[in-house]
Amino acid sequence: MAAERPGDGPTRAATSPAQFSKSEMMIVAAARELAGQRVCFVGVGLPNIAVNLAKRTVAPDMELVYEAGVFGARPARLPLSIGDPTIVTGATAVTSMWELFAYYLQGGLIDVGFLGAAQIDRFGNINTTVIGEYAHPKTRLPGSGGACEIAINARQIFVIMRQSARSFVERIDFRTSPGNLGGAEKSERIRREQGWLGSGPSVVVTDLGIWHFDETGEMRLDFLHPGATLDEVRATLGWEPHISPSLAPTPAPTPEELRLIREELDPEGMYTR
Amino acid sequence: MSGSKVATMRDAVADLVRDGDTVAIEGFTHLISFAAGHEIIRQGRRDLVLARMTPDVIYDQMVAAGVARKLIFSWLGNPGVGGLNAIRRVTEGADTSLELEEYSHFGMVARYAAGAANLPFMPLRSYFETDLPVANPLIRPIESPYGDGMVYAVPPLKPDVTVIHAQRSDAAGNTQVWGLLGCQKEAAFAAERVIVVVEELVDEAVIRADPNRTIVPGIVVDAVVVEPWGAHPSYVQGRYDRDNRFYRDWDPISRDPAATEQWLRDWVYDLDGRAAYAEKLGPERLRSLLPSGSAPSGVVDYGEYR
Repeated sequence: MAAERPGDGPTRAATSPAQFSKSEMMIVAAARELAGQRVCFVGVGLPNIAVNLAKRTVAPDMELVYEAGVFGARPARLPLSIGDPTIVTGATAVTSMWELFAYYLQGGLIDVGFLGAAQIDRFGNINTTVIGEYAHPKTRLPGSGGACEIAINARQIFVIMRQSARSFVERIDFRTSPGNLGGAEKSERIRREQGWLGSGPSVVVTDLGIWHFDETGEMRLDFLHPGATLDEVRATLGWEPHISPSLAPTPAPTPEELRLIREELDPEGMYTR
Repeated sequence: MSGSKVATMRDAVADLVRDGDTVAIEGFTHLISFAAGHEIIRQGRRDLVLARMTPDVIYDQMVAAGVARKLIFSWLGNPGVGGLNAIRRVTEGADTSLELEEYSHFGMVARYAAGAANLPFMPLRSYFETDLPVANPLIRPIESPYGDGMVYAVPPLKPDVTVIHAQRSDAAGNTQVWGLLGCQKEAAFAAERVIVVVEELVDEAVIRADPNRTIVPGIVVDAVVVEPWGAHPSYVQGRYDRDNRFYRDWDPISRDPAATEQWLRDWVYDLDGRAAYAEKLGPERLRSLLPSGSAPSGVVDYGEYR
């Protein structure tokens, strides 16, 4: 199988920002963060394409787990929905959703849970339920799906989402999935006392950069994507950000990564334009 | 054949689905019985409590048609597309007339599992430090009786009627499924009445030749409806693909109440059943949904023991 890995031979050649979209940079950055991970729980939309890219590049041995009840998926095309038939054919195991959530997730087999969000705060707490008041919301969002228990039981959480002042907010309207709660100290104590398996969010990849979490439990910008500026980062954030003193540029997508996205994973450009 | 439960969709819905019932048409992306949902609309049921992990386009259509008073769910969207617009119209802003009872996926499957196993609740390690137990007070914290801390409990969900779609069953309702299994087994065992809709009716011997593939035994099934293409625009593993174009097309239709009403007229009220629906879709559309190739399972040998 083994698609050529980025960094191998001629595919290493850098591309310039004019040659890729912000979404493509975001997907590539998220995929690279998965290097070395063993078992990943895949979400709908952007996580889906990022994880499938990682499987074809930096993490060929990674097991893809879909909440629909599939362990060890080998999708031959980009799954268009979270329950696409392509995740079944050729998979290691198909399980009931009860088994998937109880034995695989709650049983502790998931290394990385990949989530999206409508709103996120500086501690990585996530809202996918409502904008506005719960009883009479301005916008009714899909809700938890499996995100709530993934956030609690996957060993670590990756988040992928576009930055905007509406979504990166000081205070989320509803906490659907817990992150670092009110900070690292409280989060670590509660996770230990209540026996959560997960240690919480470890990375947030956006269309502008890559955030990890510092010792206070707050997001810290470690990489800025080519073409993005700190002014843009601040303008799309509801709080004053922690920025790494060693902030570095994110390496641009390689031609091979772009080829995989454009030709194999998202030929219609549903996620990447 | 004695013991046959084979019925038409019209008769099965007329006999088994009543106004005010809690109805679960289950199937996670895969095997969603749109045919049963449409028949429930046609027969004008009212005040239903509709339970599904993912209400999907089928419940958007049923809510638009006015059959429901309440939804029980865990993910409310049009997968891969966006929102469910008919449902949004009655759950947002000034009009919140549709009652919602919301869980996470694990909570919903745990509810069906508790219902199927006749338990008073199911404990799970979820919901900690979230607003979900506030939004839904039926999600309650309990202390472990063995002294190892707090977990959350959800109550059993026992639908009056569960409808599942499957590749095949025999006339007694012994039902076999392959591909995504969702929570159909739990939802069927939890229900008071069960309707199984199948692509193909097979002889009992076909079922007995592969008992590991049976997810629901006929003993819990009340009616078997044979309805090829009955899951469209959802899909049936190995038979037809998900019609993703339909899911995308539903978005602009469902944003406009008049267009939604017109769609229901053209595709539900004016048709007398699934055969007419498949005919209206046309052979070209149906052909485009066939798998691109074959991927048969290996054959296993159960052995003969006399």
